[in-house]
Amino acid sequence: MSKDVVSGDQNWAYSDKVKDHFFNPRNFLNEDPPAGQFDAQGQVGSLACGDIMSIWLKIDPDQDRIVDLKWRTFGCASAIAATSVFSEMVLKNGGLTIEEAIKISPSDIMAELGGLPARKVHCSVLADKAFRQTLNNYFRIRGQHNRIITDGSRVIDLDLKITEQEVVEVIHQGAQTLEEIQARLKVGVGRPEVKAEIEKLIEKHRGQESKPFCPRQKP
Amino acid sequence: MTKKRLVYFDHAAATYIDRPVRRAMRPCLNRVYGNAGSLHSFGRMAKNYLDGARQQIAGVLKAQPTEIVFTGSGSESDNLALLGVARRYASQGRHLITSQIEHKAIQQPARRLMADGFEVDFLPVDQSGLVSIDQLIGRLTDQTTLVSIIYANNEIGTIEPIAEIGHQLAKVRADRRQRGIKTPLFFHTDACQAAGYLDLEVDDLGVDLLTLNGSKVYGAKGVGLLYVRSGVELQPLAFGGDQEGGRRPGTENIAGAVGLGAALELAQDLKDDESERETQLRDYFIERLLSQIPQVVLNGHPRHRLPNNINISVLGIEGEAMLLWLDHYGIAASTGSACDSERLEPSHVITALGRPHQYAHGSLRLTLGRRSTKREVDYFMSVFPGIVKKLRGMSAVNYE
Repeated sequence: MSKDVVSGDQNWAYSDKVKDHFFNPRNFLNEDPPAGQFDAQGQVGSLACGDIMSIWLKIDPDQDRIVDLKWRTFGCASAIAATSVFSEMVLKNGGLTIEEAIKISPSDIMAELGGLPARKVHCSVLADKAFRQTLNNYFRIRGQHNRIITDGSRVIDLDLKITEQEVVEVIHQGAQTLEEIQARLKVGVGRPEVKAEIEKLIEKHRGQESKPFCPRQKP
Repeated sequence: MTKKRLVYFDHAAATYIDRPVRRAMRPCLNRVYGNAGSLHSFGRMAKNYLDGARQQIAGVLKAQPTEIVFTGSGSESDNLALLGVARRYASQGRHLITSQIEHKAIQQPARRLMADGFEVDFLPVDQSGLVSIDQLIGRLTDQTTLVSIIYANNEIGTIEPIAEIGHQLAKVRADRRQRGIKTPLFFHTDACQAAGYLDLEVDDLGVDLLTLNGSKVYGAKGVGLLYVRSGVELQPLAFGGDQEGGRRPGTENIAGAVGLGAALELAQDLKDDESERETQLRDYFIERLLSQIPQVVLNGHPRHRLPNNINISVLGIEGEAMLLWLDHYGIAASTGSACDSERLEPSHVITALGRPHQYAHGSLRLTLGRRSTKREVDYFMSVFPGIVKKLRGMSAVNYE
């Protein structure tokens, strides 16, 4: 930055903490990781909504502790700042246990950020959602299906505890067919009644890339 | 404190008041304070200034002074045109045609009219933002009372073929007359963004109503006008005064009107030279953006666009994040991203071009003005590629 270019003292709608995390984001994934660096990855959001958040986790299985968390976000300043601050909250003091980290709520993230403009609140809700999605993927990989967090959404695959919400999320991200969804979620493999269920969800939600459907946004 | 370098690339949002305009307005902020409706010398002086402005503007538009209605903004003029004509002639026809890329001051009143039982066609546009005249003519019915198409779009700068549409509508009118159909067919255009660069003579354009305002042409905010061709009647939006021929009540904003007159005259004087200069600067800017940053596309028409308008989509990143970084470097720009709108909806204009949502979320509008220089563009290009690289580095969307 050249000498004559300094940050002014404009009265922004964002708090100093939000600005700090936006201009100096912590823990984002700089380069694509080599295989094995992380134990699980998860993503929520869609281009139609304008926010996509990915999270990578490294977990110490003995202590059930999150030892590394990295993220990437497509979204506005508050989405970037919220993910950044969330990563700090999870990783402080050598990392929270899974049990502790799950308890971080959207309002905790908001408080840590020093508040957000009202219309931006949905962005911070995304960070904990992406985290839970990633944790669920971790639980599946580890075969710990009893730990999967369903958040009140209807479970459509009892074996893998995959929820309707998760399937819809993948459809919004561009999956068009049963095969594409299975490639992502392994849902309903060998269970014809689950496949029928997914076909219905595809029918209902396909093409919404061109018609925004953003459940996180206020109407 | 070190002085911050400031670069203003948001002239389509608002312009400063140019010096000759300020000069013209000055007496009206000072000794000319009477009510133009008063009989005494103070009132007559105010009336003189107001009449002078009206005459000056009529000169620019090649219209009659009585055809100029001063309002409080471009948005108000758009509302008055749409609601005023539609409601006044509702007994003769309840169909309107407009486009999908109008300013919200046309779009929202049109929706209001639909809720009241009017039929409105929102014409689609092609990928560059142009309406199709054939489609427009095809949608006309004998119940159509008003067509409203923006002269040059405020977001993407695409210039619509207004004179050609006006010409075609004149033929439709003649045909209606021949068939004994009494329903009138009027043509309105919102020319707020066009005013500094394009022809405003209403007969050349074939328009019956035309919107202009001060804040986009180096005049003051809080003043607009609606040109209303003789014979076109309007149901006013407000009541309680005889000002502006009963079409817009309220004590007149003399300073604003005088400023608008001076601003429009100046704009028309500078039009040719300034259009050429800004077009060159615009094309230099676009060329650098497209060649120096990968995965950037230009929104709008490459040639039929306002000399001051640049609108790009930077894939993989979001507009508000770009704006904050640019602001950090003292640069003012705007975006059609949902994150920057109160309603969290992406730009209806970029979406109407048939582009995926990502294009709207990653859109950036840079609008030049009379004081914009190549040095400012070079300064922008010295910081922007780094901002894009940084935001793409942390984006969850792979832009390749």
